[in-house]
Amino acid sequence: MNPELQGRVFPPTASYLVGREKVREFSRAVLATSPINSDVDAARAAGYADVVAPPTFAIVLQQLTLDQLVAVPDSGIDMTHIVHGEQRFAYSRPIVAGDELTATLAVTSIKTLGGNAIVTAESTIVDTEGEHVVTATSVLVVRGDA
Amino acid sequence: MNLNVGDVVAEKTYDLSRDTLVRYAGASGDFNSIHYRDDVAVSVGLPGVLAHGMLTMGLAIQPVVEWIGDSAKVLEYGVRFTRPVLVDASEGASVTVVVKVGTVDEDTARIDLTVTVDGSTVLGKAQAVVAFR
Repeated sequence: MNPELQGRVFPPTASYLVGREKVREFSRAVLATSPINSDVDAARAAGYADVVAPPTFAIVLQQLTLDQLVAVPDSGIDMTHIVHGEQRFAYSRPIVAGDELTATLAVTSIKTLGGNAIVTAESTIVDTEGEHVVTATSVLVVRGDA
Repeated sequence: MNLNVGDVVAEKTYDLSRDTLVRYAGASGDFNSIHYRDDVAVSVGLPGVLAHGMLTMGLAIQPVVEWIGDSAKVLEYGVRFTRPVLVDASEGASVTVVVKVGTVDEDTARIDLTVTVDGSTVLGKAQAVVAFR
């Protein structure tokens, strides 16, 4: 793991359009039962423009930023040597189908511990107005034998 | 809603199979093959196919959503992945989630999740902040 990546802020990802069927598919996959995650009428009755993504859906956007990190030529990160240590989400508003979002990755910390690197990757996700939607934070353990 | 610290407000058990894992792989785009191929899992030193940590995290918040009635009321959610969830090809795995009120503030509450498989905790410091007014 290249320690010089600490502090790096990556360019925003290409715009991601949140699809209604993607939200439904993700909702089924995490065994969600809330009608607002899959039923447009229920979501609208609750005051949302369309179906609402489950709380962990932002990982789909964060993954796009982690792909940027791994793709850095001298990152020293091998995907098969990454262990997911922690995950956090902090929402300003829920993600709703129809949203167009971009995510910007900041590598906020890299700590070396016994040959492994512990990386904190913070992905800030905003809408087309630039308004904050959610910050997704992953703590990844990159095994040193990579 | 009247919340009291320490109250258990929901409890649910989820049965996972390899099908559940494949479905999550497709929906999330996480196609790491340790989540569906025993040979690959064993080759990297694992006892077998594991559930995606994000699948466990994703389902563990669902009893909270059912209780609070609106997934958008989950303002913050975080976990540590402390123990892998082994999903046997024929037996699957059962994940039990117990939802307890941790602290109560004016408009929000911290909700503490205890997530176990066969009695062992698999997520550490699993906490959500929810809006309840």
